[in-house]
Amino acid sequence: MSRKLLFVFSLLIAISMLATACGAKQTATTAPTGGEGPAPVQTVEVVRTVIVTVPVESTALPPEVIKPAGYGETLAAVKANGKVVCGVHTSLLGFGYLDENGKNVGFDIDFCRAVAAAVLGDPEAIEAVSITAADRGPVLQTGEVNMVTRNMTWTSKRDAEWGNFTWITFYDGQGFLVRKDSGIASMQDMDGATVCVTTGTTTEKNLATSFADAGLTYEAVTFEDTPSVYGAYVEGRCDVATSDKSQLAAARAGFVTPDDHVILPVTISKEPLTPAVPTGDDQWFDIVKTVIWGLINAEEYGITSANVEEMKASENSDIRSLLGVEGESDWGYTALGLSPDALANAITAVGNYGEIYDRYFGADGIAFQLDRGLNNLWTNGGLMYAPPIK
Amino acid sequence: MVGDETMRRKIPLWRDERVLKGVAQVISSLVILGALYWLIDNFIAITQQRGMPLTYGFLDEAAGFPIKESFIPYDSTMTFGRAVLVGLINTLVVSAAGIVFATVLGFVVGLMRLSTNWLISHIALAFIEFHRNIPLLVLLFLWYFGVFTKLPAVKDSIAIPGFIYINQRGFYLTWPHLAEGGVLFAATLVAGIILAVLAWSVLRHIREVRGKETYFGQISLAVLVLVPLIGWFVSGGKPVLLDAPVLKGFNFQGGLRLTTEFTALLIGLAMYTSAFIAEVIRSGIQAVRKGQIEAARAVGLRYSQILSLIIVPQALRVIIPPLISQYLNLTKNSSLALVIGYQELFAIGKVTINQAGRAVPVFILIMATYLAISLLTSVVLNIYNKRVQFIER
Repeated sequence: MSRKLLFVFSLLIAISMLATACGAKQTATTAPTGGEGPAPVQTVEVVRTVIVTVPVESTALPPEVIKPAGYGETLAAVKANGKVVCGVHTSLLGFGYLDENGKNVGFDIDFCRAVAAAVLGDPEAIEAVSITAADRGPVLQTGEVNMVTRNMTWTSKRDAEWGNFTWITFYDGQGFLVRKDSGIASMQDMDGATVCVTTGTTTEKNLATSFADAGLTYEAVTFEDTPSVYGAYVEGRCDVATSDKSQLAAARAGFVTPDDHVILPVTISKEPLTPAVPTGDDQWFDIVKTVIWGLINAEEYGITSANVEEMKASENSDIRSLLGVEGESDWGYTALGLSPDALANAITAVGNYGEIYDRYFGADGIAFQLDRGLNNLWTNGGLMYAPPIK
Repeated sequence: MVGDETMRRKIPLWRDERVLKGVAQVISSLVILGALYWLIDNFIAITQQRGMPLTYGFLDEAAGFPIKESFIPYDSTMTFGRAVLVGLINTLVVSAAGIVFATVLGFVVGLMRLSTNWLISHIALAFIEFHRNIPLLVLLFLWYFGVFTKLPAVKDSIAIPGFIYINQRGFYLTWPHLAEGGVLFAATLVAGIILAVLAWSVLRHIREVRGKETYFGQISLAVLVLVPLIGWFVSGGKPVLLDAPVLKGFNFQGGLRLTTEFTALLIGLAMYTSAFIAEVIRSGIQAVRKGQIEAARAVGLRYSQILSLIIVPQALRVIIPPLISQYLNLTKNSSLALVIGYQELFAIGKVTINQAGRAVPVFILIMATYLAISLLTSVVLNIYNKRVQFIER
C-alpha cells in the first residue's frame, strides 16, 4: 500500500517537473526579461514595448544599398570549398560522360569547368555530382549543387519552380529514333507503336501531346536512367526511342550497328538546353551567365584557347575588354567579385563556344558528328547570340 | 500517511530509485519530443523559405504524362492524383500476385529443402542461396534485360496459335470475355462455388459428428458443376467469348496481356521472396517437436495427413510472424520496378515530382502510402496470427 502511494507521489512530482519545464520553456521564448513566478503581467508588457521601439529607430537610420539575402553566398562558399559543385550526366556520350580514365568530360561538363576556371582559376576544381533526369529539380531546389549542367530543357514552369536558368548553350528539338527496316518514315506511321522514353523529362510530356494532337495511339515504356531506354530499344522492346535529337545522335553513335537506325526528320518540340543555378543568389546567377556569354562572344571575336595572350594586345577594345585588360572594373568583374582575367582564364581552359562544340561534335569530334545547325553563331545563320561583354 | 512520512525520512527523494527512474523517463521523453519538434519546425520553416510549400493542390492539375499499364481508365489528360492512384493500384496488383506466387513457391521449396532425398534438398538449397545472396535489383535487371527483352520479336513470337503468344513485348493469352447474358452465367458460377463450399463444410461436419458417410466430396463437386451448367443453358448457350490475341500493326491486340515489365518484376520479386519464405517454412516445420510426428506415425497416419493435420497447424504459429515481414518486404521491394519500367507507385511518384515540381509533398505522400499499406497488411495478418496461436489456459 505504502509503495503504491510512493509511486503515485513520484508520478505527481514527475508531472509537476514536466509542467515547470514547459513553463520555463515558454517564459524563455516569449519574455526575454524573464518574469519570475506570478509577477503582475502588465509591468512585463511595459518593459517589452520600450525594448521594441529602440532597435527600430537605430536600424532605420543608415540607408544602405539593399542586397537581398543570399547575395554573394555561393561565391563565398565556392571559394571556401575550392571547387564548383555541378550536377551532371555521366552516361550521355558527348554531353556528359566519363572518358577512358574515368574523368567527367563532355559539352555540358566544359561549361562547369569554364565557371571553375573563371571563379577559382582552375578548370579542374569541379565536383561533378551524377544526377538522374528526375533529380534535377530537387537538387536545384535544395541548393545541393552550385549549378546543374545536364542537358536540361528550359521551360517557364521549371524556371518558376526549380531555379534560375542561365543562358541557352544548345538549341535542340525532340525527335524519333527508329530502325531502318521498321518502315516508319513519319509520325503517322507510328500509330500503335511502342515508344521508349526517359521518365521525368519534358520529352515524356511532349510525346503525349504530339501523339494526342495527331490522333495517334502509342504505348510508352519509361525508364529512370538513359542507358536503359536505349538498351530496351536496341533489344526490340520498343519500335521507337524518343528524346532530344542530340541525345538520339549520341545514343545511336554508341550502338553496335549505328547504320541500322535513323533519326526521323520530324521535330516535335523546342528543347533549349540550359545550365541552371539555385534561386536566391543573383550574383552567382550573373557569374554563370557572364561566363557563357564570354565563351560565345569569344568565338565571335576569334579568341581561342590558343591565342588568348596575343589577343590581349588586340586593337579591338571589345576584345581587350572581354579579356580584362581594358581597365577598372570593365566588364563588371568587381561587382561579380571576380578577377579581371576571369573570362580569359575560362577561354584558356576550355576554349570558346565553337571549340567546345567541335571538340565533341565537330568533324574530328571525339563523341560523334552533329551539324551545328541552330547552334551556329548568329553571324553564320544560327541562334548563338550573346549580350556584349563590356 | 504516517508510514509514508517515515519512509521519506529513511530514503531521501534524490536517492529513491523509483523516483530517479521516473525522472529519467520524463527527461528523456522531453528530449526526444523536443528534438522531434525542432526537426519538424525546422523542416516546415525551410520548405517555406525555399518556396516549396507542403500543399497538395497540384494533385488536381493535369498530369500530362502517359502510363503504360493501368487497371483503371487513365490517359494523360487526367490529374496527378489519378496518376498516383493508378500507381498505387499497380503496386497493389503486383504485390498481391507476388505474395501468392512467393508463398506457393516458398512452401514447395521449403518442403524440398527438408526432403530426405539428397538431390531434391540440394536443388532447393542452391535455389535459396542463389536468391538470398544476390541483391534483388541485380536479379530484376537479369530477368528484364537478360531474359525477357531477349525473347523473340513480335513477328517471331513463340506461339501456340490462337491461344498463347510470347514475345519481348509480353505474354498474350487467350482470355474469356463475358458476352450478352454472360452476367447471368457469372452469377450462377459464383453461386455454384459458394453452394459447393457450403455443402462441403456442412456435410463434412455431419459426418464428423454422426460418423455416417455423407459423400460430401461427390455432392459438392456435383453442385459445383451443375449450377453453372444450368446458368450456361439459361443464358443462351454462349455466355462467354474467348478473346484471342491477333497481330495488328506493331503489336498483338485483344486477349489478356501481361507486359514484359510486369512479368519480369513479378517473377523476380516472387522468386526472391520465395527463397526467404522457404527458410521461414523450414524453420517453422523444424520447430515442431519430433515426438509429434512420431506419435502421428504411431497412430498410423499417412505422410500427407501428418503434414496437413499435425505439422502445418503447429508450424504456422512459428511461421506467421516472420512471414508477415516477408510480405511487407515484397510490397516495399516492388518499388524497385522503377529500373525496369513497370510504373508502380514510386515510379509514378518520381514522374509526378518532376512534372509537378513538388518533391517534398510527393515524397511524404509516397511514404505515407507505403506505411499505410504495410500497417494494414500487418494488422490483417496479426489478426490471423492470433487465431493460429495456441490458446493457452
